[in-house]
Amino acid sequence: MAAEREPPPLGDGKPTDFEDLEDGEDLFTSTVSTLESSPSSPEPASLPAEDISANSNGPKPTEVVLDDDREDLFAEATEEVSLDSPEREPILSSEPSPAVTPVTPTTLIAPRIESKSMSAPVIFDRSREEVQENIEEEANGDIFDIEIGVSDPEKVGDGMNAYMAYRVTTKTSLSMFSKSEFSVKRRFSDFLGLHSKLASKYLHVGYIVPPAPEKSIVGMTKVKVGKEDSSSTEFVEKRRAALERYLQRTVKHPTLLQDPDLRQFLESSELPRAVNTQALSGAGILRMVNKAADAVNKMTIKMNESDAWFEEKQQQFENLDQQLRKLHVSVEALVCHRKELSANTAAFAKSAAMLGNSEDHTALSRALSQLAEVEEKIDQLHQEQAFADFYMFSELLSDYIRLIAAVKGVFDHRMKCWQKWEDAQITLLKKREAEAKMMVANKPDKIQQAKNEIREWEAKVQQGERDFEQISKTIRKEVGRFEKERVKDFKTVIIKYLESLVQTQQQLIKYWEAFLPEAKAIA
Amino acid sequence: MMEGLDDGPDFLSEEDRGLKAINVNLQSDAALQVDISDALSERDKVKFTVHTKSSLPNFKQNEFSVVRQHEEFIWLHDSFVENEDYAGYIIPPAPPRPDFDASREKLQKLGEGEGSMTKEEFTKMKQELEAEYLAIFKKTVAMHEVFLCRVAAHPILRRDLNFHVFLEYNQDLSVRGKNKKEKLEDFFKNMVKSADGVIVSGVKDVDDFFEHERTFLLEYHNRVKDASAKSDRMTRSHKSAADDYNRIGSSLYALGTQDSTDICKFFLKVSELFDKTRKIEARVSADEDLKLSDLLKYYLRESQAAKDLLYRRSRSLVDYENANKALDKARAKNKDVLQAETSQQLCCQKFEKISESAKQELIDFKTRRVAAFRKNLVELAELELKHAKGNLQLLQNCLAVLNGDT
Repeated sequence: MAAEREPPPLGDGKPTDFEDLEDGEDLFTSTVSTLESSPSSPEPASLPAEDISANSNGPKPTEVVLDDDREDLFAEATEEVSLDSPEREPILSSEPSPAVTPVTPTTLIAPRIESKSMSAPVIFDRSREEVQENIEEEANGDIFDIEIGVSDPEKVGDGMNAYMAYRVTTKTSLSMFSKSEFSVKRRFSDFLGLHSKLASKYLHVGYIVPPAPEKSIVGMTKVKVGKEDSSSTEFVEKRRAALERYLQRTVKHPTLLQDPDLRQFLESSELPRAVNTQALSGAGILRMVNKAADAVNKMTIKMNESDAWFEEKQQQFENLDQQLRKLHVSVEALVCHRKELSANTAAFAKSAAMLGNSEDHTALSRALSQLAEVEEKIDQLHQEQAFADFYMFSELLSDYIRLIAAVKGVFDHRMKCWQKWEDAQITLLKKREAEAKMMVANKPDKIQQAKNEIREWEAKVQQGERDFEQISKTIRKEVGRFEKERVKDFKTVIIKYLESLVQTQQQLIKYWEAFLPEAKAIA
Repeated sequence: MMEGLDDGPDFLSEEDRGLKAINVNLQSDAALQVDISDALSERDKVKFTVHTKSSLPNFKQNEFSVVRQHEEFIWLHDSFVENEDYAGYIIPPAPPRPDFDASREKLQKLGEGEGSMTKEEFTKMKQELEAEYLAIFKKTVAMHEVFLCRVAAHPILRRDLNFHVFLEYNQDLSVRGKNKKEKLEDFFKNMVKSADGVIVSGVKDVDDFFEHERTFLLEYHNRVKDASAKSDRMTRSHKSAADDYNRIGSSLYALGTQDSTDICKFFLKVSELFDKTRKIEARVSADEDLKLSDLLKYYLRESQAAKDLLYRRSRSLVDYENANKALDKARAKNKDVLQAETSQQLCCQKFEKISESAKQELIDFKTRRVAAFRKNLVELAELELKHAKGNLQLLQNCLAVLNGDT
């Protein structure tokens, strides 16, 4: 059973403290070659899923499994094998193949995480990585199993203090959770609170934390005020779907999944209210000020990019961002026009019905009424298609536009990290100069102080360099993972979207085929 | 089938065949056959080449052509309307003025915005707008042709002298468009007419047939107007959605060419799909426009012409009744009796003549209408099916390729 083999020590021994991760990471710096060509470790996990793609709709193979978190479980071919790994081996070898349970996607919208047992970490022989990827994956498939749903929005309270509460349901066989199926009620600010906690912990070390859905004062006000019209129901549905996608992306990230805050969010029935997420709170204002400061800083930092990979990637993401925005605009226009078309078709249907009524030739009158009916059905079809246009295509694009902003943020953090390192080096230089001066002036007590300071700054420089290399490494992995995710996401969603178009056409054929004999029957 | 959809010429020929007889069930008659064999668009004028084939003795030759402009068609139409002899017939509605303004404006805007878009986008949009311009052009040709054919098919109108002059006189008819004063006169005349129409319609008709027709036509006309407007809007939304596909296709293409991962092939394929699907959607919109919107618009005008006929008849009825009253009065006073008698007889004759032909005209109108609707609705359904099937096949092919790749 996957659950049994879930190594509890993983949770204990590896708290998601950043420092620990960092240490663990260090053990493998030598073995982690510049994996530009082969993206981060998660990749192999995804391969068998892709082979099996035929049997489920848009499988979402999780790459989350193989993560640096579990680097201690990697039985490296190097001497720097983690102390833990010998324990793992018996467990690892017994897993013959990934037990992939095809998850039936319940909605067209949500990409579902395919179940894979998380227990057996991959025996990852990094040195023979490229060649062995497929084989090893099949042999030690890590199976990751967690399914998140956001549903049942209900309004709590009244007036301007009202809010929508959403039910967050988790189904999982991971043993880090106390139950295998549980649900809690959360409100929007809880989600924002979660994101801000995760961002503060992980963004500045290079992890791409999925951004939370955006606030909307206008939308929420309408809901609060109690307008029961279609635009507010649409707004709530849009938000619900966005929150679901947000959580799913977050749990797919192997590092973030380990985070206790995330677990608390999913599990505990009571959550402290996250007031810092309000736009006009003190924290909110601080955030805005920080953002402005960051923007200014970004312009002033002139980084010596030693690694062409980063420059190239940044440029790529910039281009991608522009292209996606353009596409998004076009798709939004399509949604708008499709809705218009639906409304106009409905109006025409009514008008045609009236015309049929006043037509005094019986057969023609009947045919016109039939036409009106067909057009009415078609209007429904257009409306459904507009929904598909929006929820599948348009929202995918807007999600990725925001994700890319997060990616850019991570690159910026790397720049800041470099700056810090640079600054430390400069300060160290100054301290050395100061020491030299002291030496000349021959002031023993000051010399001692200077030496202390030098030592301090040497350590800082070292730390700075380590940090910088760490963040660079993490970013490379993250970007690789992100690119894989992106490719899969797009392919899945676009194929689903095309399938929705297929359905529409098939329905259209049905309707017109039914109408044709009616038209021919006009005598 | 798919290739056919892409071909420009195919699109044109479909229209060519369909347009002439869209709204009117016409019998080709060897005695007199009229068509518009060519048309030229010159800045703001359209020159139609009216081609006639006739075995009638009235014409000097058996086959001949002249060049006419829109104003001359209107002149012909108006001459029918003003002719008292034709009061008892449904005068075929005049063709609407050729309107290329919107299209021309769009082409101009495109030219101005050339710098801001990529070469592919520009060529695509240019092709699109040119196709639109062509479609409007073909429509206006068809509508002018239908008018002439209706006149030629009508047993009485085809013998009209003005009509023959129109067909044969190979020089300019020197018909100028109405100047401001005349337009103002027309405007007042129309106002008087509609006011009169209201008064006249208050008179209850003895004849059940006409009473029924009157109520029917009134309601029908209004509903056709509404349906025509809504159908127009629907077709235009359809076209906007199709245009969006165009832009989406371009964006996807850009994404595909710039992406570094293996998704680029995917994007390129989907972009291609959108381009092809867009052509089909545009055609759906065009066909709906042709078969539905145009049909409704035409019958809007015809039902107005039928209403006009009824008005003329009611007018003559009122005149007849007034003449009767005048006669009675004259007889009572024993003054101007002969005059009153003659006038009463004239009115009586006029009224009866109109009533007789009106009845037949209205019956014909119904037959024509039913036939036209039937033809168009059947064709509409067939075309919608054809396009939906084409679309479906495109999508399924694309999906097969995409699924096979991943």
